Amino acid sequence: MNQRRETTMLSRVAESLYWMARYLERAVHTSRLMDVDFQLRLDQSPESSAGRWLRLLEASQAPAPEDGKIDAAMLSHILTLDKTNPSSIISCVAAARENLRQVREQCSTEMWEQLNRLYLQVNGTTATESWQLSSYVFFRAVREGAQLFYGISDSTMAHGEGWRYIQLGRFVERTDALARLIGTHYTWLHSSLDQAVESEEYLEWVGLLKSCAAFESYCKTYTAELRPLRVAEFLLLNPSFPHSVRFSVDNVHESLTAIGELTERKAEQAVRLAGRLSAMLSFSQIDEIMASGANAFVDSIRWQCTQIHNSIHQIYFDYPVESALVA
Amino acid sequence: MPRPHYQALFQTLLGLPPEEMRRSQQAADLSFLHQGITFTVYGNEEGTERVFPNDLLPRIIPNHEWRKIENGLTQRIAALNLFLEDVYHGGRILADGIVPRELVYSCKHFRREMRGLTVPRGIYVSVCGTDLVRLPDGSFAVLEDNLRVPSGVSYMLANRKVLKKVFPTLFRDYGVSPVDHYAQALLATLRALSPASSSSRHEPTVVLLTPGVFNSAYFEHTFLAQQMGIELVEGRDLLVHDNVVYMRTTAGLKRVDVIYRRVDDDFLDPLCFRRDSSLGVPGLFNAYRAGNVMLANAIGTGIADDKALYAYVPAIIRYYLGEEPVLQNVQTYLLTDRSQREYVLEHLDELVVKAVGESGGYGMLIGPHSTAVEREEFRQRIIAEPRNYIAQPTLSLSRAPCFLDGEAQARHVDLRPYILYGENVTLVPGGLTRVALRRGSLVVNSSQGGGSKDTWVLRA
Repeated sequence: MNQRRETTMLSRVAESLYWMARYLERAVHTSRLMDVDFQLRLDQSPESSAGRWLRLLEASQAPAPEDGKIDAAMLSHILTLDKTNPSSIISCVAAARENLRQVREQCSTEMWEQLNRLYLQVNGTTATESWQLSSYVFFRAVREGAQLFYGISDSTMAHGEGWRYIQLGRFVERTDALARLIGTHYTWLHSSLDQAVESEEYLEWVGLLKSCAAFESYCKTYTAELRPLRVAEFLLLNPSFPHSVRFSVDNVHESLTAIGELTERKAEQAVRLAGRLSAMLSFSQIDEIMASGANAFVDSIRWQCTQIHNSIHQIYFDYPVESALVA
Repeated sequence: MPRPHYQALFQTLLGLPPEEMRRSQQAADLSFLHQGITFTVYGNEEGTERVFPNDLLPRIIPNHEWRKIENGLTQRIAALNLFLEDVYHGGRILADGIVPRELVYSCKHFRREMRGLTVPRGIYVSVCGTDLVRLPDGSFAVLEDNLRVPSGVSYMLANRKVLKKVFPTLFRDYGVSPVDHYAQALLATLRALSPASSSSRHEPTVVLLTPGVFNSAYFEHTFLAQQMGIELVEGRDLLVHDNVVYMRTTAGLKRVDVIYRRVDDDFLDPLCFRRDSSLGVPGLFNAYRAGNVMLANAIGTGIADDKALYAYVPAIIRYYLGEEPVLQNVQTYLLTDRSQREYVLEHLDELVVKAVGESGGYGMLIGPHSTAVEREEFRQRIIAEPRNYIAQPTLSLSRAPCFLDGEAQARHVDLRPYILYGENVTLVPGGLTRVALRRGSLVVNSSQGGGSKDTWVLRA
């Protein structure tokens, strides 16, 4: 008898893969922010950097210092090696690894080994003075370690249900992180929207684009003239750039649709929510968005993102038993 | 002087510059670390996750010695299964006075709940790991049976993988029997237990139940589940409805037929055994009683590896099989017997005392290495609860060469082969050789500073 083998995935496993990807994406995002900051710092006085540092803390959901004063060493400690901050790079990599460790038989051996290696490398780092001076090497290693992990996943793991949860976690996290970063940036900076930004703010806008790995792609699309309106359009609405909100949401939608088909569950709610957000992003015009305020738009994205997350949780991870008893 | 079958190994290794050996050892250590082949040490808050030390030099066992081990262990598992079936049903062996009734009923691993429950094929112990030691006369003897949830088989497979990488030519020239089919054999064994009612549906769903990521053998659980291609589940992934066990999947609930459980009896079902257990599945025992799910190993197998019952295993073999035991036992003093107890109390400094229900090298007194205070403590404990302890002569465990500090040094070893009992009895040729890495130490348990090495059973 040539029966197709039913695929089975435990809810706990799906949840661990999802969170593993979220944590890893968060670590990569933070390391990119820190790397950009490290470069910008070289071109700026400490006073003009301080504003960005507070912004970075806010965007990373880390508590700001009580007196509002912050310096470079403090910032890099909080966001990088501070084990008490759950969103520091070291905590995120450890959490990603812990999640994968609990389901390591579900991924390929190579995937586990790569993430374990990254963890051992990050965990073995201590914040010495010389480390501060060369921390960009560390940020690069985190990014490359994670990219290698994703590359290995794509080429050694079946692109089935488990892989879809990894994609899902990665892009839900990316949507949320991008929205948060863009939101804080537009709240703090008040350049005129449709003119090239002035020199003292220029660096900050380059920083925003680079934090989204988007500077080069932006230049290819709009030339090196930075206008806040175009930057917002690129980061929010570009359909083909991997670190735009729209691209991320489209991926969430696609993953949810695929999982719905694989599991044959009633998943309309999650797919509908993701589809609605995806439609909102594909049919919106940037000048309309900015006219009613970037913040309101970004808040709406984040709120919908939370709803999508909750609905994934209810459908796949933690459903009531009565609803799932098979005849 | 190395035994003859070690000659080729020694010649090859002596020809290598020490640097090369050191590099190989480092490469092997790193490979274990990167694979995350670790175990957890209890009673130690910090750094609970440790790499299991591996020694590069293989233990070599000639084929004729292995055949004897195989025969002996096959005989032993057959007899112990017959014993368990008897004890939980008619109790013939107790009525005939071969094994004292009170010994069985006073064992803390005896499960009244199992009385009269029939298990498929009469197999209580499907997976067994038996610890063997080499006696001074060169023959192998059984030191203890592990019939509950024996662990360590993943290290046997991991060690082999590394050694094949490090000494490929040597490996080929020696003609070593393969062990890689263990996972497949285990799966076949587990499937053989599947309840009849489910065979008509489709192929049985087998899962491995783990206590979770903090268990010392978690790596092994993930490894075996992956190698067998079955789900690794925790108690919280399973639920019982109408005496049927289901697992919670993203596609809804899925029925489970066979559970290879790596959770101790006590923690399996909070409704039946320990109420405070959150590792188990409420209602699991009722589903088991109803015949809707099978467990491997069965519940209550711990009576047969009780260290006091161990002394009766040769008699058990003779009783059920009418054969002489192929493998000897180690001499054992039963402390419930007055004259034996008196002898032991007088000779505590020469003997090894073990708690009957413990494993993993916990709760042991090694006389020659003990202090007067420790001996006094054990004396009091023995007098208070003689049924809880046994004593054995301090064995001079045989030693095998290990690569330590840049040279070959002799260390004490034992051997744990793994026996599978499904449609028939299967032993993969090999096992886990555990090493006491500290010079002079006799304790090989991983929790007590032991390591392991690959075991080569020669094809001819």
